[in-house]
Amino acid sequence: MKVDEAEKVKRKRKLISVEENNLEHPLEPWLRMERIPHIWCPTCGIGTAVTCFIEAMKKVNVPRKDICVVSGIGCSGRIAGYIRLDSFHTTHGRAIPFAAGLKLANPRLHVVVFSGDGDLVSIGGNHLIHTARRNIDITVLCINNFIYAMTGGQLAPTTPPTAIATTAPYGNYEHPFNLPLLAASCGAVYVARWTALHVRRLTKSIGEAFQKKGFSFVEIICPCTTLYARKNKLGTGLDLMKFYHDNSVIAHGADPKDVDIQFQSEIKVGKFVDIEKPCYLDNYNQYLKQKLGDKFKPYGVSDEEKH
Amino acid sequence: MKADPAGVLTGEHYLDGDKACAEGALAAGCRFFAGYPITPSTEVAERISERFPLVGGIFIQMEDELASIAAVVGAAWSGVKSMTVTSGPGFSLMMENIGLGAMLETPCVIVNVQRGGPSTGLPTLPGQADMMQVRWGSHGDYEIIALSPNSPQECFDLTITAFNLSEQFRVPTFVMMDECVGHMTEKVVIPPAEEIEIYPRRFTKKKPEEYLPYAYQEDLVPEIVKAGDGYFFHVTGLTHDERGYPDMSWEMQEKCVHRLLDKINKNAGKIFIIEEENMENAEVVVISYGITSRVALRGIQLAQKAGMKNIGRMRLLTVWPFPEQRIRGLASRVKAFVMPEMNYGQVVREVERCAAGKCKTILVPHGGGTVHPPETIYQAIKEAYQ
Repeated sequence: MKVDEAEKVKRKRKLISVEENNLEHPLEPWLRMERIPHIWCPTCGIGTAVTCFIEAMKKVNVPRKDICVVSGIGCSGRIAGYIRLDSFHTTHGRAIPFAAGLKLANPRLHVVVFSGDGDLVSIGGNHLIHTARRNIDITVLCINNFIYAMTGGQLAPTTPPTAIATTAPYGNYEHPFNLPLLAASCGAVYVARWTALHVRRLTKSIGEAFQKKGFSFVEIICPCTTLYARKNKLGTGLDLMKFYHDNSVIAHGADPKDVDIQFQSEIKVGKFVDIEKPCYLDNYNQYLKQKLGDKFKPYGVSDEEKH
Repeated sequence: MKADPAGVLTGEHYLDGDKACAEGALAAGCRFFAGYPITPSTEVAERISERFPLVGGIFIQMEDELASIAAVVGAAWSGVKSMTVTSGPGFSLMMENIGLGAMLETPCVIVNVQRGGPSTGLPTLPGQADMMQVRWGSHGDYEIIALSPNSPQECFDLTITAFNLSEQFRVPTFVMMDECVGHMTEKVVIPPAEEIEIYPRRFTKKKPEEYLPYAYQEDLVPEIVKAGDGYFFHVTGLTHDERGYPDMSWEMQEKCVHRLLDKINKNAGKIFIIEEENMENAEVVVISYGITSRVALRGIQLAQKAGMKNIGRMRLLTVWPFPEQRIRGLASRVKAFVMPEMNYGQVVREVERCAAGKCKTILVPHGGGTVHPPETIYQAIKEAYQ
């Protein structure tokens, strides 16, 4: 789409604006409309991921009040601020342990960590691997845009080799993480990857991950036009979506070690892991019951604390 | 509200300070603990890991101290009283999320069994050199509450007090122990549950549509909610308005941050716990806290034997907020303050600032590793008396 066409679409969108026509936003009441417009750039993939998440949550059989979203820092870190659930915008890298505390303290809650690759895998990497190892029953949705976007386009642990970043001006010479392999090898019971183009499949996958008992992980490949695409001369957001369309291969059940991403390489998407394993709290309660017998008081929120 | 008897080990015990602290947490109603092993605080975690499964609490050993404090803040937002325990290097690692706890106004308790520093320092030996770190360690302006016990009995008592204050003022509250107090074994009396006063969480009674997470109340402490009750609230470490939504204006920065300071400073009178003795005609006042206060007592006795009768003794059980007015008042009528600390001069700066040149302030420094020789305190009192 050329710029002038995009401009026309933009104008048309303005004409059917929500306020003027008294329409309800299709994602009401799940969005904090008073906080819209959001901070994300045009053609950013995060908004699509949020829509998929909300569409998935509409279908799960869990009361809205029991769903919590925890984010860290970065563009994706802002997600918690726009979703009308009990939502927590925490510190850089610590969304997962914060979520673990929230979940373990009240096991009734369904806790979703929604954050970015730099946040979850670089500064928060230690928490990701240990929470997966313990199989704490939370869902991690990881937006991967291959770059630190909020701070202006620096190298991430997911940046593909040779890609340009502001702190890799000659291109990246590091080995990036293969996120599904990382999550799977640390013990995640559900691992999937989709791009922001695969809205229906992503929505379904988020729903599955959410309902899976244990540590589930969904990587969402998202376009960052402002930084990643611009620095690497990959075109517009639409060009990136076209790239996903032409180069994504659905490979359900693929061995996670075979799904690494190189610069502008084929992107394997699909559900890679879906296994059964007791989660942390089940182990805690069952093992201690066996060891301590009647002396053991299983963990749960007492009536008194419920107020 | 009275303590839940399930967690109260009523009776007379022979406990070290670390274990007494763990029992204090249990009595206070703490039911979530996340921690990481580090000397000399580990015994608190060990005791909790043994006791929590019997009282319906949950203990988790996290991957590091960053995770521990993050989980503690998260658990608090599920409505459960939560705590972590650490020492020296672990305390340094916790700083960022202590700031988050302060910014979100999260009730929680952090215990620091201080050891000698900097860096790895003296892992198995005492220090009191984290007293300014607890006050200023996380970035930005904020206020916290810090208590300092000088015996296993006080480790029990002040841990309960710390939970109560953290609930009352919605602020991370610190129990600043040290290796000596943590590993010292003495008699600890745990009263019956009905004699232990518990400050309940200040849950709002407002309906979701009326509730604002950071509404300004008369005592400056907003009412709280917890996840899962249908309030659909948002909290953020960003500067925020009464709704909890980010607002990057300088006006909101002033409003948001100033209240974090005011809610502690303007309520400081409700927070101070100070022990005083012989202050009436005091010419010299010895100010101390934690284990050093026990050595200070010996220093004072030596001075009294040498004929110096008018020596006042002040012990800070609450170190932060600092009792500024009291020190200012005394400064205009005493000759000098003498302050032994197991560091090279931290809280003494506050004493000196409040004295404002009206009387002498004499520091008795000690690098840590052991307590002061009482003679050094005696010598300082003698110097002050002249």
